[in-house]
Amino acid sequence: MSTSVQSVVSQPYKYGFVTDVESDSIPRGLSEDIIRLISRKKNEPDFMLEFRLKAYRQWLKMTEPTWPNVSYKPINYQDIIYYSAPKQSEKLKSLDEVDPEILATFEKLGLPLSEQKRLTNVAVDAVFDSVSIATTFKEELAEHGIIFCSISEAVQDHPELIKKYLGSVVPSADNYFTALNSAVFSDGSFVYIPENTQCPMDLSTYFRINNGDSGQFERTLVVADKGSSVTYLEGCTAPMYDSNQLHAAVVELVTLDDAKINYSTVQNWFAGDKDGKGGIYNFVTKRGLCSGKNSKISWTQVETGSAITWKYPSCVLAGDNSVGEFYSVALTNNMQQADTGTKMVHVGKNTRSTIISKGISAGNSKNSYRGLVKVNPKAENARNYSQCDSMLIGDTSNANTYPYIQVQNNTGQVEHEASTSKIGEDQLFYFAQRGISPEDAVSMIISGFCRDVFNKLPMEFAAEADKLLALKLENSVG
Amino acid sequence: MINSDAKTILSVRDLRASVDGTEILKGLNLEVKAGEIHAIMGLNGSGKSTFSKVLAGHPDYEVTSGTIEFNGQDLSGLEPHERATAGIFLAFQYPLEIPGVSNREFLRVAYNSHRKARGEDEVDVFDFDDLIEEKTDLVKMDTSFLDRSVNEGFSGGEKKRNEILQMALLEPTLAILDETDSGLDIDALKTVAEGVNKLATPNSANLVITHYQRLLNYIVPDYVHVMCGGQIIKTGSRELALALEAKGYEWLLEEQAVAS
Repeated sequence: MSTSVQSVVSQPYKYGFVTDVESDSIPRGLSEDIIRLISRKKNEPDFMLEFRLKAYRQWLKMTEPTWPNVSYKPINYQDIIYYSAPKQSEKLKSLDEVDPEILATFEKLGLPLSEQKRLTNVAVDAVFDSVSIATTFKEELAEHGIIFCSISEAVQDHPELIKKYLGSVVPSADNYFTALNSAVFSDGSFVYIPENTQCPMDLSTYFRINNGDSGQFERTLVVADKGSSVTYLEGCTAPMYDSNQLHAAVVELVTLDDAKINYSTVQNWFAGDKDGKGGIYNFVTKRGLCSGKNSKISWTQVETGSAITWKYPSCVLAGDNSVGEFYSVALTNNMQQADTGTKMVHVGKNTRSTIISKGISAGNSKNSYRGLVKVNPKAENARNYSQCDSMLIGDTSNANTYPYIQVQNNTGQVEHEASTSKIGEDQLFYFAQRGISPEDAVSMIISGFCRDVFNKLPMEFAAEADKLLALKLENSVG
Repeated sequence: MINSDAKTILSVRDLRASVDGTEILKGLNLEVKAGEIHAIMGLNGSGKSTFSKVLAGHPDYEVTSGTIEFNGQDLSGLEPHERATAGIFLAFQYPLEIPGVSNREFLRVAYNSHRKARGEDEVDVFDFDDLIEEKTDLVKMDTSFLDRSVNEGFSGGEKKRNEILQMALLEPTLAILDETDSGLDIDALKTVAEGVNKLATPNSANLVITHYQRLLNYIVPDYVHVMCGGQIIKTGSRELALALEAKGYEWLLEEQAVAS
């Protein structure tokens, strides 16, 4: 390989600091006793403990999936701390009681939580290790009948909704990591939008892993009742540690008749250093159920972090005329590995799905798209359009596409397009010869490549995503 | 046009350069003055294209000795994009495709990079649109090409015309046309040559690299240089190109062998 496309050194990860707080952690390892302990710490009703134990027993019988195109050292599940919370008195009455160190942390991450400084157009649920620290705009949202709180609070305050919807989209035994999550999940966000309500502001959860030995197992549940709509944003960061942390989350979305959910993620966990040391293992199951007719679920994601990503935000299009969308940019650099994509399962009549996936691989990374489009026998007139584009930067990165298409109804129409391109030295030389610096050239090429997806991001995120990609690739060429 | 009082634009002295450890340029000398058109001819593998890339600073090529001065400035410390904004333009033999980046945006960023390097303010989208439409007229290009991705799906002729559009916009001091005639039919060739001729000024110079005499019927050179084995072995006038076309390169190589 020639001299100028070789030094793949990312911009130092700027969210890699550790917050010094005293934490209340339980002993390492996993057992029924540990699960009972977590449930007791959270003061959960019996049905939740049962939910957890059942999942745990199923998990014991399952094996870790090996089919993704990623490789890593075996995870020792007995060496993980399954619950870690900043030490503080019981339930907090107000933000004033939150450890100032933690408030400062979120401020540093660009998410001030205090009344005076908080973002005006976005309500935020801030999750720190295993617990939700604060949720802003709760009262204002409650005036519209909207419930936005941590899932722990929802278990206490809205058990009927939790019983009805938790695990209804992603069954505990769906896969190895969902079973694990269902057994030990500590916190996360819960959203309920009542009938015919358009959520007046974007809702957002921000996940921060702080403790070096704990895993994060959060659970998000968003329910949009008939005729309602909501836009949900999710952001994530973690400190830099030499060891790997496990993040095994479950996100469930439900839309009833004529309801709409836009779910956007900008994932920027610590990806490990350039030699592949440290970083988050991001093993996440996200699924949306369009249960009502004319409902719509749209996933938009920009994935830039994590040492390993294993994630397939999916839509089950059960309601007639329902619509599923997946817009994704996945960027890997250095030693990162990503196996990500989506599943679109057409069940109802006249259902439509769109998949636009853009994978960018630099350094020695591995980036795979894996997607399933399934048209069930009764899904008359299903339509799908998939477009999967890969871009390689340098000569040592790797991109793969694994599309799976299963059509069991002959009125279905499924289109798949794929392309692979490369930012090579010659392309950069061409830009340079017109006076454009390598940094500007890379960011122009990348944003051109990602344009279709960035156009789908909420405004707050679009600019951030563009910047994030440029930052991640800084010094990766030239 | 030869004017002995004109300023020297390019001065190459005893230039040696290699790629992957293999020496391609082996002591090349060339002097180009303002207002002149120089043609470089030669067989495949003689080092013509290497020379053009070395001038533009392609990272694959290493200059091992000798000097290149451009407008009196030593080029060795300049990055490719700095050489470009200093006024060196290379029209590519194989222009690259850039999916998702519109031609218009590419041209605007390129133009503004040049302005910034000169310490001038960037032009906004509206002023730029007026400017670029004027330039497309000059090279007889349809403005619809501006809103397509750079070179994507362009025919060979359209790509070359797009190169000349870029040249028209950036107004270089030294334009190097690397095999611009390759793959062009006679009509496309004429249009491209016309564009180049219209852009010629007394303060700039062109270096035309070509296999064939044909292009030189339309872009008439003041000097013709023949490259062989990484050196310029003979310099002459326009007639030298005609002689090469009539007799091939063999006689010249023999003449050289006798002389040495």
